[in-house]
Amino acid sequence: MSEKATRAAYGEALAELGAVNDKVVVLDADLAHATMTLTFKNAFPDRHFNAGIAEANMVDMAAGMSTMGLIPFCSTFAMFGAGRAYEQVRNSIAYPKLNVKLAMTHAGVSVGEDGGSHQCIEDLALMRAIPGMTVICPADANETRKAVFAAAQMQGPVYLRLARLASPIFEEDYPFEIGKANVLKDGTDVAVFATGLMVSEALEAAKLLEAEGKSVAVINVHTIKPIDAQCVMDYAQKCSRVVTVEEHSVIGGLGDAVADVLMGKICCQFKKIGVQDQFGQSGKAKDVLKEYGLTAPQIAESIKEIL
Amino acid sequence: MNTAELKQFCTEVRRDIINMTANAGSGHPGGSLSATELMSAIFCTQMRIDPKNPRDPDRDRFVLSKGHSAPCYYGVLAELGFFDKAEFQNFRQLHSILQGHPDMKKVPGVDASTGSLGQGVSIAVGMALGAKYLGKDTKVFTLLGDGECQEGQVWEAFMAANHYKLDNLTVVIDNNGLQIDGSNDEVMSLGDMPAKLRAFGFHTIELADGNDIEAVLAALNEPTEPGKPKAILAHTVKGKGVSFMENQVGWHGKAPNEEQRQQALKELEG
Repeated sequence: MSEKATRAAYGEALAELGAVNDKVVVLDADLAHATMTLTFKNAFPDRHFNAGIAEANMVDMAAGMSTMGLIPFCSTFAMFGAGRAYEQVRNSIAYPKLNVKLAMTHAGVSVGEDGGSHQCIEDLALMRAIPGMTVICPADANETRKAVFAAAQMQGPVYLRLARLASPIFEEDYPFEIGKANVLKDGTDVAVFATGLMVSEALEAAKLLEAEGKSVAVINVHTIKPIDAQCVMDYAQKCSRVVTVEEHSVIGGLGDAVADVLMGKICCQFKKIGVQDQFGQSGKAKDVLKEYGLTAPQIAESIKEIL
Repeated sequence: MNTAELKQFCTEVRRDIINMTANAGSGHPGGSLSATELMSAIFCTQMRIDPKNPRDPDRDRFVLSKGHSAPCYYGVLAELGFFDKAEFQNFRQLHSILQGHPDMKKVPGVDASTGSLGQGVSIAVGMALGAKYLGKDTKVFTLLGDGECQEGQVWEAFMAANHYKLDNLTVVIDNNGLQIDGSNDEVMSLGDMPAKLRAFGFHTIELADGNDIEAVLAALNEPTEPGKPKAILAHTVKGKGVSFMENQVGWHGKAPNEEQRQQALKELEG
């Protein structure tokens, strides 16, 4: 299986999108080499605007540009785009429903060596809480490309959560529609809802459990908001056991989004796998993921606890 | 509009500010009254706008970065015919288009939703940059408060305006010297603002009396150099035009009661 980081796929998709839509412009905050908007800059130098290390101003400049009829894609690390510039995103982009796409990279603990200060594990929670914000976390390079085009196609603010770490590209191609979860593997004993890099880990975990005779459904929830409530309900009902897996705090992210759908409606066993209310730390990305229990064998063990 | 007509326009806007805040029982009269000549002059003499077509893509843009001066903004827009003055009655009430701070999705003529200080100026920079990229001759104006310049983001925006050579941008600072907790100097000194603006690359004009309509017009009409954004630092009087509000920090965010309304309107009969 070949690997590519979703941030790399993002840069390529942007350049591809830029060629067919001249309204697309890109803003970055001195991280173009890391967010990979550099790929777009190389193709369209006059449409790439560096804001310098000034994320609040970047986000609001994007708001202003969108009122001129442009489609700005705004990128920096998730920590700074969703974190530092939160109130700018909330008040200047989401409140007036402006057509700005916030594509933030280096989300989650898989950032690795840079450590806890740079590992944003709260962005899904922050963005989900904003009225009218569409929140997407693609699982692989192909899905990232589709998400970039879909985000440009729709009117209104979108948050795209992207990763630094190279991750597997799924061989199977499947349709992408914002707000529509993809059932990657059917099953009856437990429904595993995963997002982003955790989708491939969840699929691996399912294989390990299948080897032990368990029937595991794996659902790729690429859109955290609006969440595919019907799919969540259907699979919770079908399996009676629900597990969520995310490279994000268990507070406010995918797990809570799924729980919000089920609360008071369906009685099932429920488990949230993610970062357990603690900060990340430095280390090789794969070691850090392991430290926080986010590798396939650990996820399989964790799922087993409710089987 | 000649000078006499502009002065009359400003008086009407001031009456609107008093009526709106008195009706609502809340709002920000002080910084609205100080900004009246600045905003009126920009809208009446500088901007290519059409009240019948407020979303015209080729219009000039205005961003009220000091969004709490919404009563002045609404007064100017209604006097120009963007919406009916009957709306004033609903200012700050449930379901009104006239929110406490300007909402671009609700009010015809409002180009940006503002209120959280420091953000409007960045939005204006984005508009000016977008206009340049699109090859449009759009002019962009933004009005800031002096206290607002304590926000670090303002200086990020100023840096970008210079970096991108936005000579289609005019930044006006309503320097009435007062903010909620006291004078600028008591709260957080702004230092040598003209020097700072010049250091940030602005064609800088310091206006001794930003409530003198002729001086305001002269400053707005003064051309900038190619590639340089323009900044006007206008010294104004908070609460200007209403004797008991002038230079009183307490009138930043307090509405007049009925008696005070009548007295203010009487003073503004002009």
